[in-house]
Amino acid sequence: MSTTDTTKLTAKDFTSDQEVRWCPGCGDYSILKQVQTVMPELGIPRENIVFISGIGCSSRFPYYMETYGMHSIHGRATAVASGLKATRPELSVWIVTGDGDALSIGGNHLIHLLRRNFDVNVLLFNNQIYGLTKGQYSPTSPEGQVTKSTPAGSLDHPFNPLALVLGASGTFIARSMDRDPVHLREILKRADRHKGTSLVEIYQNCNVFNDGVFEVFTEKTSKKAETLFLEHGKPLVFGEKGEKGIRLDGFTPRVVELADTSLNDLWIHDERDLGKATLLVRFFDDPAKVDHLPRPFGIFYEEDRACYEDLMEAQITEAITQKGESDLDALLRGKNTWTIA
Amino acid sequence: MKTENEIKQDVVILFAGDSGDGIQLTGTQFTNTAAMYGNDISTFPNFPAEIRAPQGTLPGVSGFQLHFGSVEIFTPGDIADVLVVMNAAALKANIKQLKPGGTIIANTDGFDPKNLKLAKYPEGVNPLKDGSLEQFRLIEVDVTKLTRNALSGSGLGTKETDRSKNMFVLGLVCWMYNRSLDPTIEFLKEQFRKRPELSETNEKVLRAGYAYGDTTETPMTRYEVKAAQLEPGNYRGIMGNQATAMGLIAAAKKSGLTLFYGTYPITPASDILHELSKHKNFGVKTFQAEDEIAAVTASIGASFGGNLGVTASSGPGIALKGEAIGLAVMLELPLVICNIQRGGPSTGLPTKTEQADLLQVMYGRNGECPVPVVAAKSPGDCFETVFEAARIAVEHMTPVFFLSDGYIANGAEPWKYPVAADLPAINVRFAKNELKEGEKFLPYKRDERLVRAWAIPGTKGLEHRVGGIEKEAETGNVSYDPDNHELMVKTRAAKVANIADSISLQALDNGPQKGKLLVLGWGSTYGAIKTAVREVIAEGGDVAHAHLRYINPFPKNLGELLNSYEKVLIPEMNNGQLIRLIRDQYLVDAKPFNKIKGIPFTSGELKTKIYELLK
Repeated sequence: MSTTDTTKLTAKDFTSDQEVRWCPGCGDYSILKQVQTVMPELGIPRENIVFISGIGCSSRFPYYMETYGMHSIHGRATAVASGLKATRPELSVWIVTGDGDALSIGGNHLIHLLRRNFDVNVLLFNNQIYGLTKGQYSPTSPEGQVTKSTPAGSLDHPFNPLALVLGASGTFIARSMDRDPVHLREILKRADRHKGTSLVEIYQNCNVFNDGVFEVFTEKTSKKAETLFLEHGKPLVFGEKGEKGIRLDGFTPRVVELADTSLNDLWIHDERDLGKATLLVRFFDDPAKVDHLPRPFGIFYEEDRACYEDLMEAQITEAITQKGESDLDALLRGKNTWTIA
Repeated sequence: MKTENEIKQDVVILFAGDSGDGIQLTGTQFTNTAAMYGNDISTFPNFPAEIRAPQGTLPGVSGFQLHFGSVEIFTPGDIADVLVVMNAAALKANIKQLKPGGTIIANTDGFDPKNLKLAKYPEGVNPLKDGSLEQFRLIEVDVTKLTRNALSGSGLGTKETDRSKNMFVLGLVCWMYNRSLDPTIEFLKEQFRKRPELSETNEKVLRAGYAYGDTTETPMTRYEVKAAQLEPGNYRGIMGNQATAMGLIAAAKKSGLTLFYGTYPITPASDILHELSKHKNFGVKTFQAEDEIAAVTASIGASFGGNLGVTASSGPGIALKGEAIGLAVMLELPLVICNIQRGGPSTGLPTKTEQADLLQVMYGRNGECPVPVVAAKSPGDCFETVFEAARIAVEHMTPVFFLSDGYIANGAEPWKYPVAADLPAINVRFAKNELKEGEKFLPYKRDERLVRAWAIPGTKGLEHRVGGIEKEAETGNVSYDPDNHELMVKTRAAKVANIADSISLQALDNGPQKGKLLVLGWGSTYGAIKTAVREVIAEGGDVAHAHLRYINPFPKNLGELLNSYEKVLIPEMNNGQLIRLIRDQYLVDAKPFNKIKGIPFTSGELKTKIYELLK
């Protein structure tokens, strides 16, 4: 009986010798910890794992992983990963990016990665601020946010990242948070298992420039009332004591009291239902608003669709079948030749 | 009709018509026919910028210039002997290109009042009738009517019939130069394999054009251009972009790497993508990215994975790729970047040619960011030069620029194609895990040439991180140490400079080892300089010609070579770029000669300049 080394690895084996240099208290620490914890459970040899990042606080991530890694340039990690995955489909490729990196400077590459559906995992750390450049508003900052670059409040309407991802034909769409390690680990494992581009938006607290923006979802006092944890095949239930649910009234989601509604009448979560996912990603209300919907966490949607790298390989196999193995001399010669004696 | 037969050493034909007239096809087919006959050839297509500019107008004129001969040919010719025009606009746009006494073959149907008006001739003026062309030999042929006659009863509609007009012209020109129709007939059969009726109708028109030459009452001269005395060997016709694609495939094959070509469509580079995408059976992976930046960064990703990453563009796209090329310099990964230059700046002159991106590829990045540069001199030379670019990239772990331009990219010439087994090997040395117990892998440890190891994902025990932040020597860890930064900047520069040890010394193309004047060129000016220098030497002038393939680093003997002449002349299709590098590096008072018109030098204007300096 032979055993593979990978089964013996621990989180420590995925920890590089580099000192972690995020601000003390940053949400990134927790995410790093969860990723390092999950890695040995995936059963992938360490040398076949690659972390690729762009620029920003989150993009320091690869330096701390004892795997192959590249800290690339701003916004382009998705494109670097596309080229790597296209040529090395057997590798497990993880993209680490932030709200500025993925949605502002790298917005174009992100949507094209999603529609091509390379089998890679995108961890989008969303802290609604530019941290590395010390506090400007980001494409996910809410309107009116006062930052260094918006002393009179931001004019930009923010992206709803998961609605954007669904619009770009993402095949695995999920949300988690830095403060819920158990949930995050579960989602990371599911992301790895999905064949296609898995995008996980992770709410991450920047305690220096944007402290507490997700507090309402992460703190014990409000978490149960303000969040909706999605489970496949289960009714949408939330609330302090699980006393509330979501019922679909035509295409309109309504918050109902379970005291008045049977569980059978609630919206049953189906990860494979595109129509429902379309509504679910729009659960994006400002928690301060009266009658707002809770913010969902978990897997919104999953779909099986062919991956670019597999289609690419298939075309090559087909070309070899049709034209035969490559013959460089035949190529150089071409069809019309003549000889000068 | 009795015709005279005249022997000619070389002939320049300029085909011109609407961009929808099939001019490029006519030109290409005649090129192939002449090449297979054994003539030496050089061609230059001249497309309008618009795909289908309004029919009959001056902006819609498409041209194809072909120079063929029984002697060696290096340029498409300064001035045409024969001008074939399909309409009035084509005549107006090209008449200046015809030498006095030259022949005009005009499709009279293209000179009706409507076409004359579209070509902006004054009301009532028809250049075919007003004597303005009397210094030329004018042959009027109603190509449209004769084509329709040839196909009467074929069942084809007028629109489809008229589409074969170019075949009539081709047939007539083949008659004029005693060329066989067989290569074209073969081509038609292949082209219309799925619609044999179209192959037949086109062949009919082609034969009608040839027969017209035999039977017309118009006196016409037939010319004989004998086969050229080319170097013995096996030849084919080749265009620059095609040779570039084949050079990349050959480099992949010789290195045992998978070719990954990430690109975004841009004129005049797109044909490389078209060509490569046809050869998937070579394992070639072509990736049409969402933009120029994704094209280069995806290629960097592929190189990180142990493949031959290649990206291509023209000036505007290269500008967009700049930051990522800097990343490749920091990562010290192989990457070939093809810049098929066009007129600039900004969008500039997309379909015209220029050599104005040399300083861009040398210096157009932030920080101290050296990248090796090689440049092709002719369509066939693209093969060897891009192969060299790939060799340097892989063996020296660096991005490399390959320069070509619109003139080379679309130009064609006979090419003595190589045998695969004779191509040099490209040595890939992926790092293996040979670490001793407790030893750490050092991704930025260098060999004696300062080249680091290529350790690719999947190699157990060599897991490491790379990135765009300054690296600590050897470990590759992030480092902000002042001394380390200076060391790394100097090391990266020295690594590129060391490439001079692995390239050939600069040879003279022509002329004496020392003397009065050296003409130093690079890129597509080769043919014009070669022709000019050759003629001046034949006329007794003391001049030599050297043409650079390696621009960064320069060959080791270049300084010595430059100092062997009293004067150095550097002709360039820009406002003086190579000359700055030469003056900077060798303190040589070289003289510039610049043309920035979007069109190549003529050998005539170069000769004049050479004589001016020889005075």
